[in-house]
Amino acid sequence: MGHFTPLLISLNSLAAGVFLLSAFGLLATRQMQGCVRFFRIQSLAVVASIFLIAIEMQVSDLIAVGLVDLAIKPVLIPWLLRRYVREELFRRREIEQVFNIPSSLIVALALTLTAYFLAAPLPVAAGAIGEINLPVGVAGLLLGTYTLAARREAVTQLIGIFAIENGSLLAGIAIAPRLPLVAEMAFPFDMLIIALVIGILTRITHERVGTTEVGALKSLREQGAAK
Amino acid sequence: MSLLVIVSLPLLAAIISWLPLGRQVAPIATLAACVTAAILALTDAMAVAAGGQVWAVRNWVELDGLGALILLLVATVATTAALFSWGYMAREREARHLRRYYANFNLFVFAMLAVPVLVEPAVVWTAVELTTIFGVYLVAFENTPEAVEAAWKYSVLTIMGGAMSLLGFIILFRATRFGAAPFTWSGLIVLAPKVPLNVLTSAFFLILVGFGAKVGLVPLHTWLPDAHSQAPSPVCALLSGVKTTLVLYVILRLLPILNATGRIDVDRWAIVVGLVSVGIAAFLILQVTDYKRLFAFSTVEHMGIILTAAGLGGAAAHYGAVYQILNHALTKSFCFFAAGTALLTVDTRQIAEVRGLIRTSPAAGAALLFGGIAIAGAPPLAVFLSEFSILRSGIQQEHYFATALLAAFVIVAFFGILGHLNRMVFGPAALKADQAVPVRLPMTCLLTLVLAGIPIVVLGIYMPAPLHRLLQMAAQGLAS
Repeated sequence: MGHFTPLLISLNSLAAGVFLLSAFGLLATRQMQGCVRFFRIQSLAVVASIFLIAIEMQVSDLIAVGLVDLAIKPVLIPWLLRRYVREELFRRREIEQVFNIPSSLIVALALTLTAYFLAAPLPVAAGAIGEINLPVGVAGLLLGTYTLAARREAVTQLIGIFAIENGSLLAGIAIAPRLPLVAEMAFPFDMLIIALVIGILTRITHERVGTTEVGALKSLREQGAAK
Repeated sequence: MSLLVIVSLPLLAAIISWLPLGRQVAPIATLAACVTAAILALTDAMAVAAGGQVWAVRNWVELDGLGALILLLVATVATTAALFSWGYMAREREARHLRRYYANFNLFVFAMLAVPVLVEPAVVWTAVELTTIFGVYLVAFENTPEAVEAAWKYSVLTIMGGAMSLLGFIILFRATRFGAAPFTWSGLIVLAPKVPLNVLTSAFFLILVGFGAKVGLVPLHTWLPDAHSQAPSPVCALLSGVKTTLVLYVILRLLPILNATGRIDVDRWAIVVGLVSVGIAAFLILQVTDYKRLFAFSTVEHMGIILTAAGLGGAAAHYGAVYQILNHALTKSFCFFAAGTALLTVDTRQIAEVRGLIRTSPAAGAALLFGGIAIAGAPPLAVFLSEFSILRSGIQQEHYFATALLAAFVIVAFFGILGHLNRMVFGPAALKADQAVPVRLPMTCLLTLVLAGIPIVVLGIYMPAPLHRLLQMAAQGLAS
């Protein structure tokens, strides 16, 4: 595979770039549907990177992992969300955020830089591709956490969780590309069940509480309960 | 092979519960599965305590001392919770809801039983995630706005924790590149001295933060009192009694691995994180207004105590930690059964609205008082003995400051719990409780209270020799 390597590395850099951009996109978009779209793009970038590592390092297991990921994350999960979450939630624009978008992007930039420092001492297994993916994956994890914290709506928070998982997977495969197949297969299926359970829960929350804005969920506080 | 049987029994019961076979089939199938699993778990645990090897698939499904203790506790509490559910859930009119409750209950138990018998960390992660996910529906079961809100907070925070810790587990796998041992808990201890330190520390901190959210360690504890107060009481018993401990068990598994490197003082981190949880929870206990939240905050406190004890180091403190795990699981599940019985009687969770419970319902009042005294750590009951042994070993290890803080927090929590319960149980019966029609408590609920209460009393005065050996072996699992 030797002389393909430069091409593979550049392709992977492209995938990692797309991954990072879509992590920023998750923070910057005002539309719920936009969030789902960016999540799709991000998942496709992870899958592309998994395939490239599989070719580069000749790990056949990873092809299977990539295929399962391809079926579940960009296809099944958005479908499930669409099915269980009310249409009106999806149509919503103007998602309320804790910070406004420009300041969020500055925080995101700082988080990305932090990710490079955090990832620097960790050993990489997947060669040059891994060296690109590891900090990008850690950045994805941090940005996903920030998305979760900054967003107020249920669906976007859920996508924040999946973004954390995407980041974990990208960084994880850079560190340990030869995880046991059973474990690697379990991860995407886990995400699928999460999407199903939380999708239904979002629907119930919307029906019962009338809002899926997590900031508005305040009935369970010590002070509130006292009266 | 019995390990595989134990794990698959609840799965079978889940399928039976899900089928429309009549109202009584699901609870009986659930109870039968749990009892059988508990008996098998007990024989396996005794075999481990006697020095035998119990395994089903080498390097994947094995049982050691620590795993055996947790397995036994999960199976025991699942049995009492199944028995309690039988009477407690009978007021649910709709058969379809009831079937779904038992199906989810069994799936939840299945995932919990899988965690201690699996020794391959990445698969353990999957099992822990499954416990979280199967718990969501159970927390939301009452379908009130509060319950749904609790389920939402629970799922967002704990699943976020899971996603973060995933990277930690993958990094942990990297350790296998530095030696020839398998990717298991014990294999990692062998490998640890050869692995670069930053691999293990980054894995440890990712898992500590991620799973810490699932355990309810401060500051990621905010979801815990919500979820553990809104779920149906038998589910609370499972969540508080064993589910949180189960996740803490995975964190505890990492301590000997990091200690085996000899290059990082990870115990200090355990003490700090543990003490923060104990302290914050102790003061939060003082200001609760809902008695199920009272017990939930007490769970945060006990998780902190266990983590602190594990961090104090030395055989005595490790023994104290696993002893505390045992006593907490038995006592806290009893507390939630008592709280459930009280809830059936007075139909309110507010401490201020319940007065003179012992007059309104002697059984519920006495159970709540006994549970409160037991969990607060009053002598001569089981929790007192384990807390005392932890404090004593802390002094032996010359951790004077940490031990003093721990003792102070435990005392604050003690008076907090008893102060609240005293007001509820004694005094003139409040108007509201007085007017309430005397409820006939379900027989199975009362039976559960008796059965679950026996070990708390017995363990306070007598420790059976095989159990002592099991605890010793479990404590060895915390040492590298």
